[in-house]
Amino acid sequence: MTQAVPQPLESFVQVLADEEIDEIEHECAQLPDRESAAIDAMMIVQKRRGWISDESLGAIARLLGMSVEALDSVATFYNLIFRQPVGRHVVMVCDSVSCYVMGADGLRGRIEEHLGIRTGETTEDDRFTLLPIVCLGACDRAPTLMIDEELIGPVDAENLEAVFSRFE
Amino acid sequence: MDDVRPLIGIIDAVGGRVGLDDYESHGGYDAARRAVTEMAPSDVIDLVKDANLRGRGGAGFPTGMKWSFVPQGPDVGLKYLVCNADEMEPGTFKDRYLITYNPHVLVEGMIIGAHAIGAEQGYVFLRGEYHEPGAELERAIADAYAKGLLGQGIFGTETNFDLRLHRSGGRYICGEETALLNALEGKRAQPRQKPPFPPASGAWGRPTIVNNVETFCNVPGIVRNGAEWYHGLGATDDAGTKLYGVSGRVNKPGLWELPIGTTVREIIDEHAGGMQDGYKLRGFLPGGASTDFLVEEHLDLAMDYGTIQAAGSRMGTGTMIIMDDSICPVDMCRNLEHFFAQESCGFCTPCREGLPWVESLLIDILEGRGEEGDLDILARNAQFIGGPTNTFCLHAPGAMEPLQSALKYFREDFEHYIQNGTRAPSPG
Repeated sequence: MTQAVPQPLESFVQVLADEEIDEIEHECAQLPDRESAAIDAMMIVQKRRGWISDESLGAIARLLGMSVEALDSVATFYNLIFRQPVGRHVVMVCDSVSCYVMGADGLRGRIEEHLGIRTGETTEDDRFTLLPIVCLGACDRAPTLMIDEELIGPVDAENLEAVFSRFE
Repeated sequence: MDDVRPLIGIIDAVGGRVGLDDYESHGGYDAARRAVTEMAPSDVIDLVKDANLRGRGGAGFPTGMKWSFVPQGPDVGLKYLVCNADEMEPGTFKDRYLITYNPHVLVEGMIIGAHAIGAEQGYVFLRGEYHEPGAELERAIADAYAKGLLGQGIFGTETNFDLRLHRSGGRYICGEETALLNALEGKRAQPRQKPPFPPASGAWGRPTIVNNVETFCNVPGIVRNGAEWYHGLGATDDAGTKLYGVSGRVNKPGLWELPIGTTVREIIDEHAGGMQDGYKLRGFLPGGASTDFLVEEHLDLAMDYGTIQAAGSRMGTGTMIIMDDSICPVDMCRNLEHFFAQESCGFCTPCREGLPWVESLLIDILEGRGEEGDLDILARNAQFIGGPTNTFCLHAPGAMEPLQSALKYFREDFEHYIQNGTRAPSPG
C-alpha cells in the first residue's frame, strides 16, 4: 500500500524544518498509510520545538494528508502531546496510587512552593512547566517524578533544590 | 540460562543489563533458532498450550489458545505480532525492568511468537515515558538485526521478521488491546467493537496478536525446556514463574521472579521485608489499581489466577500496592477514581460521565459534605458502571473494583466520614 506523497507547499515548508520532514517521511515509509504516522510525526516536531503550535499542527496535517481537525483530535487525546507552550524543562509529578501512598500529594505541594507555580503552570523565566502524570512505572522508587526524560525517585521533599538545580 | 528464574535470573548472572553477547553466551536465541528451523508453527502453538502459559498483562488469557485463533495458510497474507509494553496500570513496574535489563528475552519471545502465527512484522508498543527502557530496547533490536536474528531470512531460513518500536503518546487506555491497535495506527486510542477480535482483524485490519511483555518473555524458556519443566516451576495449578512486586510502606519495595502461586505473605514478609516500623497493613491491591482490595485474612492465599479470583479480586499484573494504616481508604479511593476518571477515553457515557461523578461524590464525602445514602449511591454506581456489559470496554468495570471492595472491607471508614465529616481514627 503506497500513497503519493503530497508535494510540499511553501506555506508549510516554512514551518517544518527539512530534518523534521525527512524524519516524518522516514516514519511514513514504514507504515501502511501516512495517517498512521500522526503520533510519531507530532512527537518528532515536539522534540525540537517543545510543543505543537497551531502552525505546526497545520503543517503536519498537510504533510500527512489529514484535516487539521482530525490531527488535533489525535493531539488532544494524548497526555504527552502539548498543545500549549511549555518551559525548557517539563516536570511531571506522579499522582497515581503507589506514589500517593508514599506521600505524593504533599510532595506536589512542596514542589509548587519551591517553583512558585501551581500544577499546570510555567515559571516566569520559562525554566520549568509543572504537570501531573499517571504512574511512571517505578513504584518501588515512590514518590517519583520525571524531568524531561529523566526519572527521579524516591524524591526527597526536604531537598528539592538538589533535584531541580541540575536543570538550567 | 537460569532454569529456575528464566525471566530475570540471567541479570544476576551477568551482574546487570544483559547485552546480546551476554544473552547468547547463556544460550540466548537457541530457542528461537530451534523453533524457526525445526518446529512447525502448529507445534510451537501446541507447546505453549501444553505449557499453560497465561497472559501476564492482567487478564490471564491462555496464550497458546489466543495464538491458535490466527488464520493460517498460504493465502492469509500480512499478519502482525504486537507487544503491549504500555505499562500504565498504577502500581505496576515489571515490564520496565524486563525491557531495561533483559530486552533480548523479549525479542526472542517475539521471534518465536511470530513464527508460530506466521507474522512477518512486529511492533513493540512502548509507553512514551519509558525513555530509558526504550533506549535499551532500541539497542537490542539494532544488535539483533546486525546479527541476522531479525530481518530477512532469519536463521538461514526463508522466515522473515521485522520488529519496530512505537512510542506511545501516553494514555492508560492504550493498554486495552484494541485501543492499542488504534493508537498504533496513529488514531485516538478508543477501544474497538468486538468481535471481530484482533486475531481475526487487528492492526490495519489484518490478523494480529497482542501479548504483554512478560508473556513473550516466558516463551523462550518453554521452547528450550518444554511444557513439563514449565509446569514444575509453579507452586500451584498455574504454570511458570511470575514477576511479583510490592510497593507502599514496606521495608524493601521491589520486584522478584518467584514460582507462580507464591503466597501473598511470603512476597510481602520475606521478599519485601515486611511492613516498615510504625505501619500496619490494612489492605492491598493484589495486581494494580484496577483490582479489588484484599485484606489481612487473605495474606496466606496463593498469588495465582484462580485463588485470587476466588477471593473476589484478580491477580492482575501481580504487582501489589500496600495500603498501610496511615492511609485513609476513602481518600485512597478518591486517588484511584481520579486516575480512572481522567484516563477514560470518553467514548461511552457510563464511563465518561460516571467516573468523574463517582470521584466528585468521594470528594464531597472527604470535604464533609457527605450525606446519608451516599454509600448506597456509590454501591449502585459500582454495580452499574462496573457491569461488564454496560460499558464499551473494561476500563470502567476495572475502576469500580477497588471501590466496591473498599465499601465492603472499609465501610466503617466511609460511614465515619459521612457522619462526622472527618477521618475515622486509625484502627488498632
